[in-house]
Amino acid sequence: MQTVKLKIQRSEPSSGKKVSYDEFEVPVEEGMVVLDAVHYVENNLDPSLAVRWNCKAARCGSCAAELNGMPKLMCKTRVDTLGDHITIEPMKAFPVVKDLVTDVSHNYEVAKKIPPFTPKPEMKSPFLINQIDITRSKEFRTCIECFLCQDVCHVIREHHSDYFGPKHVVKIASLDLHPADCIDRSELLYHEGGLGFCDITKCCQAVCPEDIRITDNAIIPEKERIVDHVYDPIGRLIRVVKGRKW
Amino acid sequence: MPTGLMSNKSDFTRVTTDILIIGAGGAGLRAAIEANEMGIKTTIVSKSLLGKAHTVMAEGGIAASLGNVDKEDNWKVHFTDTYEEGVQLGNWRMVEFLAKEAADRVYELERYGALFDRTPEGKISQRAFGAHTYRRLCHVGDKTGLELIRTLQDKVAHTDVRIYDEFVISKIFATGGKVTGAMGFSMREGKFYVFNCKAVIIASGGVGRLFKVTSNSWESTGDGLAMAFRAGAAIMDMEMVQFHPTGMIWPPSVRGLLVTEGVRGDGGILLNNKGERFMLKYSPEKKELDARDVVARCNYKEIMEGRGTEHGGVYLDISHKGAKFIMEKLPSMYMQYKEFAGVDITKEKMEVAPTTHYHMGGIRVDPITNMTNVDGLFASGEAACGVHGANRLGGNSLIDLLVFGRRSGRSAAQFCSENSIHDVSDTEIEEEIARVTKFVERKDPVNPYPIMNRLRETMSARVGIIRNEKDLQVALDTITEIKQKIGNIGVSQGIKFNPGLIACLELENMIQNAELLVKGAIERKESRGAHTRSDFPGTRDEWHKNIVFTKAGDGIEMSYSPVEDPPEDFIVNVKKGR
Repeated sequence: MQTVKLKIQRSEPSSGKKVSYDEFEVPVEEGMVVLDAVHYVENNLDPSLAVRWNCKAARCGSCAAELNGMPKLMCKTRVDTLGDHITIEPMKAFPVVKDLVTDVSHNYEVAKKIPPFTPKPEMKSPFLINQIDITRSKEFRTCIECFLCQDVCHVIREHHSDYFGPKHVVKIASLDLHPADCIDRSELLYHEGGLGFCDITKCCQAVCPEDIRITDNAIIPEKERIVDHVYDPIGRLIRVVKGRKW
Repeated sequence: MPTGLMSNKSDFTRVTTDILIIGAGGAGLRAAIEANEMGIKTTIVSKSLLGKAHTVMAEGGIAASLGNVDKEDNWKVHFTDTYEEGVQLGNWRMVEFLAKEAADRVYELERYGALFDRTPEGKISQRAFGAHTYRRLCHVGDKTGLELIRTLQDKVAHTDVRIYDEFVISKIFATGGKVTGAMGFSMREGKFYVFNCKAVIIASGGVGRLFKVTSNSWESTGDGLAMAFRAGAAIMDMEMVQFHPTGMIWPPSVRGLLVTEGVRGDGGILLNNKGERFMLKYSPEKKELDARDVVARCNYKEIMEGRGTEHGGVYLDISHKGAKFIMEKLPSMYMQYKEFAGVDITKEKMEVAPTTHYHMGGIRVDPITNMTNVDGLFASGEAACGVHGANRLGGNSLIDLLVFGRRSGRSAAQFCSENSIHDVSDTEIEEEIARVTKFVERKDPVNPYPIMNRLRETMSARVGIIRNEKDLQVALDTITEIKQKIGNIGVSQGIKFNPGLIACLELENMIQNAELLVKGAIERKESRGAHTRSDFPGTRDEWHKNIVFTKAGDGIEMSYSPVEDPPEDFIVNVKKGR
């Protein structure tokens, strides 16, 4: 039977267990994804292997990891695309809880800082909105919060800045482009959100499993909005006079 | 008093709250919003990360008779569709709440920020779905569940509701028929917590992972159901498990993964290996859009009679609608076939077969308050029972979450304002800590996974879409045998993020649930809705009743509960019964 060799990173920092690698040999089935191989290990070889997963259908975004060094969803990556040796490591931008599980709670803290959807006072329920007006926001709403974009972002990984990160820019863009929303989030994104740190290397866009054009459609337009808002006094005056969001 | 206490033997943190909600899917989150708005101190715990609950996988839409597309639609037609397709086993009062409150809940979700697809006039668009008389499903492409959970999650995150995610509740405490609290452990911290509370809402979802072939995610092991049973709550309609007609079948890795009913709602047709559109023969009027139990049985029949596909399924074809339509309306379906099966659904046919999808049965609740027979213990969502009868319509589960999530949050909050906090004794806490830690302290522990897999294989093979006494008895014998084998299950390493430990706890719950399910299936000697007995075909009047299980000492007590007929004028325009 054909097999694949998995090299899985193990560690538990809180109890002083340093990083080591365990190797496992796993039989390969047609169409098998990496999460199947990890489940084989968990079910048959080592039930204590910590891995976060949930839907195994690329819907929930739980099983993000680095596969042969590339940030990917384990449930969406077929074994046959990676060859017969696969190294599986946790996401490196987050502190490790145990083995492949990282502590992503910081993302939930950032999410709380983003003002929620707030409908325009004049919007009467039920809303009347054209389909064409929802299409831009819709792209960002497919975000499954896997945090792969946060993981691959070198500003977050290496510079320890206060940059919110691509995932949260996507969230803000989804709210900003909601046709019924009335909040201006650009000041937040500029000051506390640190969007200026992003130098648009597009790594986040490259790893997004939902193919959201994070840099092109969320980050760059948000940067442009900030420029308009923060650096254009005349535009600002017009908006104040007319009471407009943009 | 959220301070850490040191008892003599074990460490645990005590948390005091008014309401503890178990489960952060649609029902749990909606309950939290409601209770919080009523000024009640609310805590929500979730086995997964926040926002990952099984609700996220809901695809096709949420049912509400808005009449945006078909103006003739109204709550009575929604009521009739739901009640009749549930083969008159549902609780008519709950169905009435569902049908009447649906529109308010959808528009409320829109005010919370959900962005539904629109009609040309700019209203919320509605698509056709199986056995709904009119086009009724409000949707966000085929990612409605994602939009729903993200919207509710954002709403809750901006309140002072306390959230504990990646947190396992292992025990609900009840004394003298009253809830006193619950306890469990944080997976990330590896620490025990005890919750002193006035009310507990179980919103922990269904039991889909009892089956090997399932569309359900990791969480659906029925933990809440099993804990409620142990706390004294009555469990009803356990035998009623929905098999969705269309799950993926190939490759083996994704076997059971859901293919949304939206594919058929948007014009997809079912074909056998001869290229015949067989639904024309079985259901000339509703065709592919008959109720799920009917279509699932037709698919099964085609496969069993040798007209199936290479991998043992039937074909589902939507390619005639063209790439543009498919990419807009069914993007997830395109992705999942492309990535997992290497099939381009804009050009090729999908291979599908029935998959375990939903549990209509669950914890019996009062239709008005959603409270169980245990004082202070509430349930809503898939964990509860009563709305869907013997068969659930597509789109009715998402609306169930919102309608009854809210109702349970509301009545639990009301309950809290009239009751005080109870004490949980140290002995009870110590006992529970000992029960959980024994799994990680055993020498030479037995791996729980192979046992769990055997249970799941048995359930899929013997308690599936067409059942009979012999198979069910084999399943029950296997469960009894498995029960005796779990005395030494366990896992190495500690409490902290240890999937093997959680599997041990889940396995006990699953065995409990499987036993009730199979006993119910043996008991119901008729075919009704999703429960099909080849040895007892046809619906029988003497079985127009619910089968109820309660705990009696260490055993199980079975009883029947009559079904009340709805007021006659609630039923409109459709035939009564099938």
